[in-house]
Amino acid sequence: MREGSADPGLYDYHPYNDRKKIVWPEGKTCAVWVAPNLEYYEIDPPVNPQRKPWPKPHPDVVGYSYRDHSNRVSHWRMADVMDRHGFPGSVSLSVALCDHHPEVVADGAARGWEFFSHGIYNTRYSYGMSEAQERAIIEDSLETVEKATGQRIRGWLAPALTHTPRTLDLIAEYGLDYTCDLYHDDQVQHVKTKSGKLASIPYSLEVNDHYGFNVYGMAGREYADSLIKQFERLANEGEKSGTVMCIPLHAYLIGQPHRIGPFEEALRYIAADPRCWKARAGDIIDSWRAQQ
Amino acid sequence: MSLPESYTQYPKRGEGYDHDFYDWSNIHTRAPVRWPDDKSVAVFITVNLEYYPITPEDEPFRAPGHMVTPYPDYRHYTVRDYGNRVAVFRMLDAFAKAGVSASFAINAAVAERYPELIHAVQAGGHEIIAHSTDMNGTIASSMSEADERALIADALARLEKATGEKPAGWHSIARSQSWRTLDLLKEHGLSWCADWVNDELPFRFTNGLVALPSSVDLSDRQIVAVQQHSAEAWAQMMRDAFDWLADEAEAQSSARVLPMQLTPYIMGQPFRIAALEDLLSELAAREPAWFAKGSDIVSSWTAQQSET
Repeated sequence: MREGSADPGLYDYHPYNDRKKIVWPEGKTCAVWVAPNLEYYEIDPPVNPQRKPWPKPHPDVVGYSYRDHSNRVSHWRMADVMDRHGFPGSVSLSVALCDHHPEVVADGAARGWEFFSHGIYNTRYSYGMSEAQERAIIEDSLETVEKATGQRIRGWLAPALTHTPRTLDLIAEYGLDYTCDLYHDDQVQHVKTKSGKLASIPYSLEVNDHYGFNVYGMAGREYADSLIKQFERLANEGEKSGTVMCIPLHAYLIGQPHRIGPFEEALRYIAADPRCWKARAGDIIDSWRAQQ
Repeated sequence: MSLPESYTQYPKRGEGYDHDFYDWSNIHTRAPVRWPDDKSVAVFITVNLEYYPITPEDEPFRAPGHMVTPYPDYRHYTVRDYGNRVAVFRMLDAFAKAGVSASFAINAAVAERYPELIHAVQAGGHEIIAHSTDMNGTIASSMSEADERALIADALARLEKATGEKPAGWHSIARSQSWRTLDLLKEHGLSWCADWVNDELPFRFTNGLVALPSSVDLSDRQIVAVQQHSAEAWAQMMRDAFDWLADEAEAQSSARVLPMQLTPYIMGQPFRIAALEDLLSELAAREPAWFAKGSDIVSSWTAQQSET
């Protein structure tokens, strides 16, 4: 990025009404990818001067145990629902989860899910990291995920969405193909980096379950309706453009017993639509790249 | 602003948790659990009976629901008091009508101030569990061990004196605990607490205390007071949760706990109470439902653990 400039120079302006059409495999109009965040939050992390890890003095019992629900109960509930409707996961992974609860990571791998890095822990923020520290977390991510799953990570979602001005250049330099940190589009876009070939894939904050439940305060049924509306619009527009819809999830949120039923109905609806391409993040990037 | 090298070092990175409070296990690989009479979903009702002093304290933190306006905050003081004077009696009637029992998490000050209410709770066959001294009695690691021990001892002694019952269960204000709380609860003879929200079955902490499930997202405070959904929307969430848990328990030949966390001044309002009454009568009629007091859930679960 252009550090210090008003425009960080991440990408060029491309108006939606003047683009080459993207066509997904078999003529599908909307690529739908599901992104479960498999995370580990530390109970007593060191404090980053620019962001407190927990609102309460440690241990923040509610905050910590809320996230722990994913790794004891709701991961499998969410994953079974995704399997039933044919959606593979593209996992935003706190890579230390490979060490703490390898059973969760192995479960995702066995289901054919793709893994990308979401940092080491969701309680270690990039703000203020030296270049050496940032390189260390990228290299750690590459090694840890490869050892745990045999996969070489292709993407990045910054830990707790915390960045430095050099993050995108560094992940491109290490050969990563996509970033999930930019929210400027409903299509895959080129990202300007010093080296490498980096693309932005639409992840989503607006239909992220965290926003749905803990920012907008939706009921589970309202959230499920919003997913259907999001899909309908993007699938319609995709006939002219070729769109991407991401469903970013956290098992401790979507996997709560009062929400998972309505969510399953939304997935069933989307899966049954012939315009839906059920894809993993890497598949979407590959198809898009081949059309450039 | 640079970070020390230690910020990217991870001394607790290894198999299992980064703490010793309890061990990891995933719910569907544990030995199956079944509730009495072959029921599969224990509906665990907790009702918080709270006394909010009009003189709020901010250490270690101000309790959710506490005073808001500059002193004297008549508005919030009296609305909270409405819970103990009026709304809770609607709830007691609703429980009696549906034939269900609940666990009442009671500030010691409520027990001391409103003996008639305690008699009504006891006459209804409900359980009394400890809920600190009053709504200034919050807990966090920023308080000293001596202060926390004194708070817990005071809450238990006063509650027992006022009710004639020694509680087995504890519920912290805002579910907030310190590094020491689990050991202090154990030291004071409690056998379980309902503060951790990470499971849908009981589990045992390393020190022997039992955790009963609690939920961030299904309390009336969170859904109605914070997220501002209607009572009917909350009841629909509870039905959806019950149905999912019943199906999942059936599929896994095991059981689940569904916490139903109620606050009289919230759900006991005249325009909301019918949603609770309808929900209770509907769930009470469901075949898999076991409406149970916390200590009964702990007893049933504990007996099944020693069998295996």
